[in-house]
Amino acid sequence: MGILINNISKKFGDFVAVDNVTFNVNSGELVALLGPSGSGKSTILRIIAGLETPNRGEIYLTGRDVTSMATQKRNVGFVFQHYALFKHMTAEKNISFGLEIQKQKKDYIQRKVNELIDLVKLKGYEKHYPDQLSGGQRQRVALARALATEPKVLLLDEPFGALDAKVRDNLAQWLRDFHDQLHITSIFVTHDQEEAIKIADKIVVINRGRVEQEGTAREVYEHPRTKFVASFIGQVNVLDAISRDNQLFIKDTEFRIENRGKHTIPEGDVVLLVRPEDIEIFPESQTLAVPASINRAHYRGNHYEIDCEIGRTFLRTVENKNRFLRYHWKRGQKIFLSFKSFRTFMAEEGHKKIHEKLKELGYIE
Amino acid sequence: MKHDDPFRIARKQSHVGRYVLISGVMGWFVLLILFPVFSIVKEAFSDGFPVFFRTLTESSALKPFGLTLWITVGTIIINTVFGTILAITLVKHEFHGKLFIEGLVDLPFAVSPVVAGFMFIILFGPNGWIGKWFEAEGIKIVYAFPGMLLATLFVTLPFVAREIIPVLKEFGLQQEESAYVLGASKWQTFWKVTLPSVKWGLAYGMTLTIARSIGEFGAVLVVSGSIINKTQTATLLIHQEFTDFNYVGAFSAAIVLAFTSFFILTIMQRVYKRKGES
Repeated sequence: MGILINNISKKFGDFVAVDNVTFNVNSGELVALLGPSGSGKSTILRIIAGLETPNRGEIYLTGRDVTSMATQKRNVGFVFQHYALFKHMTAEKNISFGLEIQKQKKDYIQRKVNELIDLVKLKGYEKHYPDQLSGGQRQRVALARALATEPKVLLLDEPFGALDAKVRDNLAQWLRDFHDQLHITSIFVTHDQEEAIKIADKIVVINRGRVEQEGTAREVYEHPRTKFVASFIGQVNVLDAISRDNQLFIKDTEFRIENRGKHTIPEGDVVLLVRPEDIEIFPESQTLAVPASINRAHYRGNHYEIDCEIGRTFLRTVENKNRFLRYHWKRGQKIFLSFKSFRTFMAEEGHKKIHEKLKELGYIE
Repeated sequence: MKHDDPFRIARKQSHVGRYVLISGVMGWFVLLILFPVFSIVKEAFSDGFPVFFRTLTESSALKPFGLTLWITVGTIIINTVFGTILAITLVKHEFHGKLFIEGLVDLPFAVSPVVAGFMFIILFGPNGWIGKWFEAEGIKIVYAFPGMLLATLFVTLPFVAREIIPVLKEFGLQQEESAYVLGASKWQTFWKVTLPSVKWGLAYGMTLTIARSIGEFGAVLVVSGSIINKTQTATLLIHQEFTDFNYVGAFSAAIVLAFTSFFILTIMQRVYKRKGES
């Protein structure tokens, strides 16, 4: 048994930061708590570590109820967002801090520190102070420090948040490999869905203090259970449509999209969510392809993003470089769009809300 | 070519400005600092070095210096401990009246030391609100060591707290939380994490406290009554000798104080540099 979070709630004054959250982490798993900033994910992490006390609910670590246990006794490793290294101590002293507190034997501490220095690849930097180390190195010292006392659980708060893109990418992969070596039950908090998809065994999507969905990266990405999950994980286009006779009509047009899913869509106003990569562009008419025009093409290095227009609705699609060059997509060009897969949600489920949320996240304007 | 340089005149002017500025500053320093120091040294040694030395080693001179020393030691111990507690309380805890306390910390900077002295007389004098209780027990506060210590504590109260508060604020909570997660108790965290992080701020606050304790005049004058050979500190002695027209005595003692200050200033600047680095 790894970690079980049962019905946790936490209020700060009138603000509900965590609202009845339940999820579990199997022993040896690496789980991502994914959500926008202010969603309460860090608070959940702090509650697990005992740095915040929940108003309600229980926390079990390796089968034991630790809800009322002091932070000091929980034996968790915690890596803070900005590392929180002890500035007046060398890398070595930072790492040995927990062991010194436990009053371990000197030679044991020395052996353990050497081991960890090797593990996080910081040989030669033992005597450096935090401000003499790069961001990535500090991050690794923080990790080694957290691991020194051999915690049963490792908690990481935005572990790569303060690093630049390249280092971030390498370190994320390194953390995954590292986790595969040690198999320590770990939770990391992130707002970066790519990072979560890349390295987590399981993703728990948090929004407004609640769990929206939990599952593997594939489950969460391909089968989002709520509109929030669909829009937060990956990019998504939002279309207003009307459902009639199991067919979808894009609002203000006569264009029809066939419902290819197994479920019939209830009649009425619906919101259609389509990922850019699920829209295929054709130069000529296809069955069930919707006529559109190209508004703009953005160069993105290894691919292109193309803004299209159907009637008065704007959509974003992606096109790989080779296809883009083959078809010479140009501004104003007439094209046909085929929707490979999409999800629908009833508009009255809070159509407005999702629009606001998406605007806030910058997916639509 | 040279004549075409449009910046030439401007440069020449700026040279003139530079010299005016530098010589102005130099002149001001000479007038305000070098001359006075020189004149006091000259006066102190006007009867020769043996007289200077004898004046200082007389018991009437040694006693006030001893008193200044003890007041300084007491002040530094009490205010370091209290100032640290005060700073930590103000930074880490939310409570009613916090803003009030925060404003009050600076009061000793604003109040004239003489006024501060009178406040202590009113409170701790033989007929004062608190003083009469001590008087009944036979404990003298005003016109004695405890009162002088209290007055010095008052005027130096803000130094330690004011120096650590910004450091503590910048230091934040995360390093302490790190220590807790690693198993350290609050007490261990204080000694191993919090205190080492503010040590240079603390050291700077302490040197300021020392400098002020040694140099304090007004508050101590009022509270002590400047009783010769009893409640006279070094600064009070200088004042006394001066009013008694014993210039050699006054200036000899003054030189000792001046050099002590100079020494503290040197330490202070080193500490300040370290504080900036950390």
